Amino acid sequence: MKLNRKEFLERAGRTGLAIFGSTALFEVLSGRELMAGVKNDPSAVRWAMAVDIPKFVNSSDYERCIQVCNKIHNIPQMNDKMHEIKWIWKEKYEHAFPEQSFIQVRSDLKERDILVMCNQCNNPPCVRVCPTQATWQRKDGIVMMDMHRCIGCRYCMAACPYGSRSFNFADPRKYLDIDNINMEYPTRTRGVVEKCDMCAERIDIGLKPLCVDACRDNSLIFGNLNDPKSDIRRALKKRYAIRRKPSLGTEPQVYYLV
Amino acid sequence: MYDSSKVIPGLLVFLILVTVPVWYNLFSKTSGNVPDPVIDRKYNECVRPAKTMRETHMVLLNEWRDRVVRDSDRSTITVDGAVYHRSLTNTCIKCHSNKAQFCDRCHNYMDVSPDCWDCHSFPEEEPHEAQ
Repeated sequence: MKLNRKEFLERAGRTGLAIFGSTALFEVLSGRELMAGVKNDPSAVRWAMAVDIPKFVNSSDYERCIQVCNKIHNIPQMNDKMHEIKWIWKEKYEHAFPEQSFIQVRSDLKERDILVMCNQCNNPPCVRVCPTQATWQRKDGIVMMDMHRCIGCRYCMAACPYGSRSFNFADPRKYLDIDNINMEYPTRTRGVVEKCDMCAERIDIGLKPLCVDACRDNSLIFGNLNDPKSDIRRALKKRYAIRRKPSLGTEPQVYYLV
Repeated sequence: MYDSSKVIPGLLVFLILVTVPVWYNLFSKTSGNVPDPVIDRKYNECVRPAKTMRETHMVLLNEWRDRVVRDSDRSTITVDGAVYHRSLTNTCIKCHSNKAQFCDRCHNYMDVSPDCWDCHSFPEEEPHEAQ
């Protein structure tokens, strides 16, 4: 059989296409390629939180959530803004939602402080940059910290667009009332990054996060996003909700009901 | 051999000097100086036999840490009817509450300084005191 140049190229092209095309087809049909894009297994648990902004009126509405977290998690209170450690705190509306000034929100809500914390993103940039996997995403979606592994490089702080992470520049124990710390929860040490982990230690034993338990009048709603009957799903169905900096694609899992 | 009257005594002196630490240890009274940790306990049984704990408690603690922190497995273990959490602060220390006499004595002898206490608190002692 004699082939000219054109025929050879045609046959080679078809053979190549058949081989690589069928592998791709197999991957698509077997679901492997498709599943790569789907992070959430609908049968699994996906914890999320909703903050009911209109229900935060007085400063005590915020403080009762913030104080209990600070107390139980041994979070030091520092006056120096450069060194402060924040897990859950108040932020001005325009700082919490810089892109959403156009949204038709009741004007009085825009005057309010917004309770902010780690968003437990579905697509967490902090996890992607961590060189030691000291921060990683659990199967239930929580972005967890392992202080034993943190080397204090602060890449995660640079990556987080919400400022949810704090670095221990100083020994946090120097700023804690050492006689009144919660002995059952560790403090941190100098040189590690910390953040809210949605009270993973409580969730694992079937409790709700501290701030959710402490809040008044269900102003914080916690639940499984994959369960259509959960409180959070019902709230999100009924009410209009916004998320912080959605254009960045981090898919925050802390929703703000407006 | 040339100068053997000088070389051989010289070698002997050298050998004695080099082996002084061995002789010193053998004949001095401090040679048997081993740490005597004081054990403080509430239960008859530890989570593992005493020998295992003495030799590999650090391995067990690392296993517990990985299990709880990384695998979110906060299940309990039952030993001799008592239920324990896998926790340094909430299990080990609750029973062995005398860090200075228990943990530190051996750790100091072995010259190891585990950094557990940089974060985990110890009750009834100055919690800031590291190691």
